[in-house]
Amino acid sequence: MTAAAEARRRKPPRPRRPPDDGWREFVTPEGVDLRLKMAAYAERCGAFLIDLLIIAGLLIVLTILAAVVAWRTGSTYGGEAAMAIWLLGAFALRNFYFIGFELRPGGATPGKRATGLRVAARDGGRLTANAVFARNAMREIEVFLPPIFLFMGGQGVDAGLAALSAVWSGVFVLFPLFNRDRLRLGDLAAGTMVVKAPKRVLRPDLAKDGPTIVGGLAFTEAQLDAYGVKELHVLESVLRSGQRGAITEVSERIRRKIGWDAPLEVSDRAFLGAYYAGLRARLEARMLFGHRRADKFDRP
Amino acid sequence: MAELQLKSHRFRAEREADWRRLETLLNRVEKGGARRLDRDELVEMPVLYRQALSSLSMARAISLDQGLIAYLESLCTRAYFFVYGARSRPLERLAGFFLQEWPRAVRGLWRETVVSAGLMILGAVGAFLLVARDPDWFYSFIPEALAHGRDPTATTAFLRGTLYEGPDAHHALTTLAAFLFTHNAQIALFAFALGFALCLPTAALVTMNGAMLGAFLALFYAHGLGLQSVGWLMIHGVTELFAVTLAGAAGFSIGWSVAFPGDRTRVDAASEAGRRAAMVMAGVVVMLFVAGLLEGFARQLIQNDIARLSIAGATALIWGLYFYFPRPRLRAGSSA
Repeated sequence: MTAAAEARRRKPPRPRRPPDDGWREFVTPEGVDLRLKMAAYAERCGAFLIDLLIIAGLLIVLTILAAVVAWRTGSTYGGEAAMAIWLLGAFALRNFYFIGFELRPGGATPGKRATGLRVAARDGGRLTANAVFARNAMREIEVFLPPIFLFMGGQGVDAGLAALSAVWSGVFVLFPLFNRDRLRLGDLAAGTMVVKAPKRVLRPDLAKDGPTIVGGLAFTEAQLDAYGVKELHVLESVLRSGQRGAITEVSERIRRKIGWDAPLEVSDRAFLGAYYAGLRARLEARMLFGHRRADKFDRP
Repeated sequence: MAELQLKSHRFRAEREADWRRLETLLNRVEKGGARRLDRDELVEMPVLYRQALSSLSMARAISLDQGLIAYLESLCTRAYFFVYGARSRPLERLAGFFLQEWPRAVRGLWRETVVSAGLMILGAVGAFLLVARDPDWFYSFIPEALAHGRDPTATTAFLRGTLYEGPDAHHALTTLAAFLFTHNAQIALFAFALGFALCLPTAALVTMNGAMLGAFLALFYAHGLGLQSVGWLMIHGVTELFAVTLAGAAGFSIGWSVAFPGDRTRVDAASEAGRRAAMVMAGVVVMLFVAGLLEGFARQLIQNDIARLSIAGATALIWGLYFYFPRPRLRAGSSA
């Protein structure tokens, strides 16, 4: 009785949103969905760190050059030049490094390129120079404000205020964690987003190699009907990864499932290759007739 | 193996050469820009891009090769960003920016500029009155690090000396100019970026900036150095304060559109205002650079009050004309 009342009092659980995998629809003017993946927070931090290291490296090289020149010429302005390099150079590099690289056709700084990211306009249009400038000008408060407050000295009330300001400005740093697309303030102000756009190479078609290696292996229709598209894709990634342990295990599982009693005369890799080719041929043929079998539970 | 001649196979074999061609072109472009392509290749690019897109749609419909689809997706995305991406000739853009876009953007923010200037003047007048009545107020407006001993306890002779420090006193002129520029640029960028937080931090920053100005002037005025200190401040101050005012205005325009987006969504309103304000800000950085040069070099090299004041007046005139002088010919050209 009480349990029932309790259950009634409790609100029905809200339907949970499926966990976000970061893929977004992105339709080109030609009407094709390119499916972009949003960059994760960690990736963006990594890219930024790489860029910072590059900038610091450049500044150090410049300083050393200035020192060498001052030493060779016996100039007394060496220290002054070093100061100017660090003050002006840090500012100029900090701002124009990002802007310059993001305006190029690659749309990415070296750090972003290394992590496979790039900047894009959120509306799918051109990435304008203004947008690039806006997103980088905003970085000033997102990244450089918290340290300023953190290292602000002070006593008593001042110290408290500085600490509060540091917490408050921390909101900007963590801002990307609180929205779906991992946008930082600069992205919001500029209407941009950072997406994953890794370069991929065209890898050989597995179904092409499969049959040539094995030749003799033949599967019955019933054996090929054991799995669907999902399993085919898992099989593909296992084959492409080339991990011996995984291949043996998967091969055993499949043989058990399809009742392959005959002794295996070829290697596990070759068997899986042949099965992959056969399964893909079967599934693709059925796809042409309008039935895409999602996974092994999807019975016709 | 007739049974294994997959349709997706033939599909790939027929088109692979085109994909490879597009890939090599893209690799070259991403390394060195559109200049790396000759005319024929530039014409070829969109064609190859559309072919790749159609291949992608087709592959999704008939092929179950994940590797192939991932490759095509990445290829199409890269080509898409080239075909629809940012492209501009730097020099042409730069000329367009200084001749038209920047002044137009500044004019577009005139309401915010008036508010921003009003706040700064308010801060200056308020601080001036407070310090004039009770010099102890000076310490609340100006941090010790910035005062360098120029506080109410200083003697008139000392204050006069600070106004006419020759180049010898600051033999590190370049360093000083660099420092002043980065310091001011950072304040301006803060004024712009903090506007996002509903204008309030920007308003505080601009008012505070005005208050520091007012406090300094009040200090020198009390020692009978009013006009001289105006010359000392305004030789670069016209440019610098104008720049900070514009930065504040840019911040206000973002904050305002976040707070009152109208019938757009908040995010859309913010990004629209953000791009326009960014244009103003790009120019503000240039103005601050000019101000840094004037402050670091001209002020130390020119010791005459009249000369300083006339430079101040001239910069005010130049900036005013540059931004607000009506340009019927250019405006007609841009709207056409």
